[in-house]
Amino acid sequence: MIVVLISVFLLAVEHRSSRMDNTRSILSVLIYPIQMMVSFPVELAEQAYNSVVSYEELKKENVRLKEKRLVDNIKLLKFEALENENIRLRGLLDSSFKLGEQVLVAELLSVNLVPYEHVMVVNKGSRFGVHEKQAVLDANGIVGQVIRSLPLSSEVMLITDPNHAIPVQVNRNGLRTIAIGGGQMNRLNLPFLPNNADILPGDLLVTSGLGGTFPQGYPVAVVDKFTAQPNKPFANISATPKAKLDRIRELLVVWSDSTPVPLSSPEKESSQNESK
Amino acid sequence: MKASKNLYGKRFFLSVIMAMGLNILPLSNVLKSLNPDWVLLVLIYWTLTVPERVGVFSAWMLGLLVDVLTGRLLGMHGLIYALANYACQKFHRRLRVYPILQQALFVFFCLLVSQVMVFWIESIQGTTGLTWSFWLPVLTGTLCWPFVYSGLRFISLMGNVD
Repeated sequence: MIVVLISVFLLAVEHRSSRMDNTRSILSVLIYPIQMMVSFPVELAEQAYNSVVSYEELKKENVRLKEKRLVDNIKLLKFEALENENIRLRGLLDSSFKLGEQVLVAELLSVNLVPYEHVMVVNKGSRFGVHEKQAVLDANGIVGQVIRSLPLSSEVMLITDPNHAIPVQVNRNGLRTIAIGGGQMNRLNLPFLPNNADILPGDLLVTSGLGGTFPQGYPVAVVDKFTAQPNKPFANISATPKAKLDRIRELLVVWSDSTPVPLSSPEKESSQNESK
Repeated sequence: MKASKNLYGKRFFLSVIMAMGLNILPLSNVLKSLNPDWVLLVLIYWTLTVPERVGVFSAWMLGLLVDVLTGRLLGMHGLIYALANYACQKFHRRLRVYPILQQALFVFFCLLVSQVMVFWIESIQGTTGLTWSFWLPVLTGTLCWPFVYSGLRFISLMGNVD
């Protein structure tokens, strides 16, 4: 019965504060081998697949990637010019510009915590400086945020989790709203827009940067259905996440520096970009 | 006698680690919601078989490990496993002579109570989006019990000739 009391006490303490984080991180080191063990066969299978992929296929992929790199490079050239222009214009307007972000590549551990939550475990933890409330991206868009960082691993809540909400903005016209996870891997809901809101299927939603967790301007989802509900105050809008949430293996953990750049030193900014 | 106790300890740890692995196995979406709480099943088995070796406290520690493993509130599974262990300690004499179906009924209630407690604690935390499939692991766990029982029985009797 003492044990029951201790558990209830623990539950209460952990619910209210983060004082038990130390205990949790000590225990998590014990647990890590089990996660590795479960994740290992999947990685092994992937490696096996990689080692038997034919030379022809690799060659094709190489050509494709080179082409893609060329295109991306050209886009980046333009981007740099645009960014500098943006800084100049903002300087004219006397407003500040946000620094570039630093990223860390983390790999997914193939484990599944509980079925009713969309939480993933990645193999970079507080030893790499990962901390709570960091944004996590993949190559296509926002994936989620770190909800708990342990020494060797951390837990990432996806944007599709029913308990997750992300402040977004329609890229076309800057309309701000909040996207809430739908509980399915390919569904976000936008429950707080009125029936006459200017939003269309195909609109890109980007992070608005409000709330401070997610850096501004990253793609989140594409609106795929707009259903006006004349008898209700809000419309029924759903969107599909840009990130391939059920297929990713590599993720980027982002450190977004929210201190504004002094407008006179663009070279500092370019060195930040290189460190990516 | 000492040697056999050690043997039990080793088997206990191995089976618990296996069960933890099964708990977090990456599965497809449908199978995911069917995956029962293997650690609780294994714990019930060992409590029924060697109740003097698996105490409430070790069940509680095991629960804490599972909490960390699955990222729950610390102490949630600790509480559940300690209670399940206590119930098994209370009834192990009767349960051990029950036929397997009757045992499965008991396991069903254990799993149901554990899931109800998970539901309570998650609700206090304000978790939304719990659907009816939240309750499926109780059923699948009960269906798995005969296999867990016979499998672990095979393991625990392996090497004990006498």
